[in-house]
Amino acid sequence: MNKKYLYGGVGLFDSPDDIIKAASETSEKGFKKFDVHTPYPVHGMDSAMKLKPSKLAYFSLVFGLTGTFSALALMYWTSSIDYPVIIGGKPFFSFPAYVPIMFELTVLLAAVMTVVTLISIFFKFPNISHPLHDTQYMKAVSSDRYGICIEPDENHTIEEIELFLKSLGAKDITKIYYDDEELKYKNVILQPKFLLFLALIAVIVSGATYFSLNKLMFMQPFNWMREQAKVIPQESSAFFTDGFGMRMPVEGTVARENLPYLFKNQPEEAGKFLINPLEANEENLNLGKKKYDIYCSPCHGYFGEGDSRLRGQFPNPPSIHSEKVRNWSDGRIFHVVTEGQNIMPSYSTQLTNNERWATILYLRVLQRSFNAKESDLR
Amino acid sequence: MSEHNTNIEYTHRGIPPVLSRVSSALLLIGILVAIISYLTDPVRSAFNNIVLLMLLTSVGVGSLFLIGIEYLAGAVWSTPFRRVFEFLASVVLVIPVIAIPVYLNVHSVYHWSHTDAVAADKILSGKEPYLNETFFLIRLIAYFVVWIVFYFIFTSNSKKQDKTKDQKLTKRNIRFSALFMPLFALTLTFSAIDFLMSLEPHWFSTIFGVYFFAGTVLASLAAGTFLVIMFVQKGYFIKGIIKDHYYSFGALLFAFINFWAYIAFSQYMLIWYANLPEETFWFINKWEGSWMYFSIFLIITHFLVPYFALLSQPSKMNEKRLKFMSIWILFAHIIDLYWLVLPTFNPEGFVFSWNEIGFIILGLGLILTMFNWKARKENIIPIGDPKLKRGLDFRL
Ligand code: HEC
Repeated sequence: MNKKYLYGGVGLFDSPDDIIKAASETSEKGFKKFDVHTPYPVHGMDSAMKLKPSKLAYFSLVFGLTGTFSALALMYWTSSIDYPVIIGGKPFFSFPAYVPIMFELTVLLAAVMTVVTLISIFFKFPNISHPLHDTQYMKAVSSDRYGICIEPDENHTIEEIELFLKSLGAKDITKIYYDDEELKYKNVILQPKFLLFLALIAVIVSGATYFSLNKLMFMQPFNWMREQAKVIPQESSAFFTDGFGMRMPVEGTVARENLPYLFKNQPEEAGKFLINPLEANEENLNLGKKKYDIYCSPCHGYFGEGDSRLRGQFPNPPSIHSEKVRNWSDGRIFHVVTEGQNIMPSYSTQLTNNERWATILYLRVLQRSFNAKESDLR
Repeated sequence: MSEHNTNIEYTHRGIPPVLSRVSSALLLIGILVAIISYLTDPVRSAFNNIVLLMLLTSVGVGSLFLIGIEYLAGAVWSTPFRRVFEFLASVVLVIPVIAIPVYLNVHSVYHWSHTDAVAADKILSGKEPYLNETFFLIRLIAYFVVWIVFYFIFTSNSKKQDKTKDQKLTKRNIRFSALFMPLFALTLTFSAIDFLMSLEPHWFSTIFGVYFFAGTVLASLAAGTFLVIMFVQKGYFIKGIIKDHYYSFGALLFAFINFWAYIAFSQYMLIWYANLPEETFWFINKWEGSWMYFSIFLIITHFLVPYFALLSQPSKMNEKRLKFMSIWILFAHIIDLYWLVLPTFNPEGFVFSWNEIGFIILGLGLILTMFNWKARKENIIPIGDPKLKRGLDFRL
């Protein structure tokens, strides 16, 4: 036979108003350890019981801030330090982009950790037993009655408590006992053996699923010529000694339409020997205008006057209608566009050779329009 | 709990004398300064007039919204305070008067009102079917009619209930609230677009109406909270108002502080991310010159300070803190309106002198005067409302 311990005295009431009155009188009377049980939250209970604001909020605050700053640190580390990638021309440290993540993580950590704290610190999980469990009292307060439970302390004996409950008008006043075993009771679900067993089952089930679906019963319904005797990108190959299926291009390979530039650092020679291969027809001029407007006009202006649209964020270039540039050969201008000139960057990666030549054709049109000959006006 | 308001003890005491003195002083100074300002600098005054107009709209129409939402949600905690918002809603009666100078000065504040400029501008001529003077006037009249009609419906039913104690009147107001809500959403959104967004007619933001709505609820709630606390403290309200009621005010203010920040940031971030020149210039204007400091100031006053001041549970119940913060939030909303309007007037940097102060004083004076006018002769407690007793018994 287990030893029985006394837990406290309980009494029941029939209405929420009664229990509020009882709770406020109990707290008035100086009982320290008492609790109220109702089938649903009764408004006004906090102040009737003289409860102080819960300390739980501090945990929420700390965990919330932890979320905020770990999100900030994560975003900062990944996108500004460890793997900086330019996204939409934004700086690597783009605070506005981090805010949604900081917000989400704040809410997530605050919410989840508040519940975890509540259960583990305030409810002392995995302890899930309580002397009031499995009592007539608990049955009543979880259906339609309102109960109060007072524990004896140094100033109040159980007899006094019972008298006090009676004076409050409580019904069904009883003493609650609990035994040793109840104290030490641990749920089987939380025994290490059982948890290990669960983990084992998880491993076996997932392994068996993988094996049966991907190996045993694997079947391709339609292969649509997927299996072919060719090497696909990223595939390994036993044929080559290095084991890679993909090969490096042969030395000296050039990409289509990207012939290497022969006149590096030789502007004069470029001007002398390079000849515009394109004809000044409508198609080429349209192409030239399109490319000029996209790539050149931000700095040189739509008409080449050097009226930049960059609001002084880049020095304005000289006009292309100068005597000098007008007298340059197409090849000489090609050199500028290909190699860049002083602070003007190279456009060889943005424009193919033909596009560059077409742009120059259009540039000539602009020049001609500013210095039209008598014959043009007719 | 259902006994019918038998033991409500309330005697009508009017308003605290200090309130009526302050309101007449504010009103007098405000009118005087506004007139001088109009005589010396009509353009600047017209811009300030928009701030004033939108402040009155926020407080007046926001109060109508709070009345409607109480009926629709069947809220009880707020029933004892509904009259305060009914009185504040009477501000909608002066909105049309304040809108007249704006309409008369439409050419100096709204670029789209110049037909020649619109004709020369492809984008503006596309918007011309909406943004033109005639339709503008029609819309304004429509807004004012909706607001004023619903103001009279809500308040007259509520007032009648004081005498008849007829529960059907509550039912009737619930029906009208359901009708009012969609109309409120439309009129508030479009008035924000017409008065504020169209100051920069090239600019557009689909979230703008919600942004203004967030400020609107804050302004009316803050004004109401302040008046409630003041009336309770001076003993002009009913007995039985406790911390639990204040907590509800504090929690709502806190929620809408967050909502405002959420919406304001959403608007900013989407525009910042997409980085399209036709949208970004609006924010760039507000970052130019000394406007930058003003924008930072707005974030601090409208979000950071009230957020931390109202974060903890005890601070939401603290009478003093709440009274101070409600005034703070009302001013933060004025700053927000100023930030929305004045960069169009003076893009180089922010300007602030007696003109601006005068119009703000006039705004506060008008709100208080309208409130006092109602509160002086009518019950500040809806003594016939069937929910009143439960509202007073409200506990957290
Ligand atoms: C980022 C701005 C920028 C862009 C874009 C740009 N340029 Fe330039 N360009 C300049 C500047 C600056 C100079 C003057 C460089 C110097 O100091 O010599 C210049 C010089 C030139 C010159 C020589 C003018 C002279 O008087 O020396 C030519 C020709 C020219 N650019 C053509 C082009 C063409 C064609 C394109 C379009 C493919 C283009 N530029 C795009 C900035 C730009």
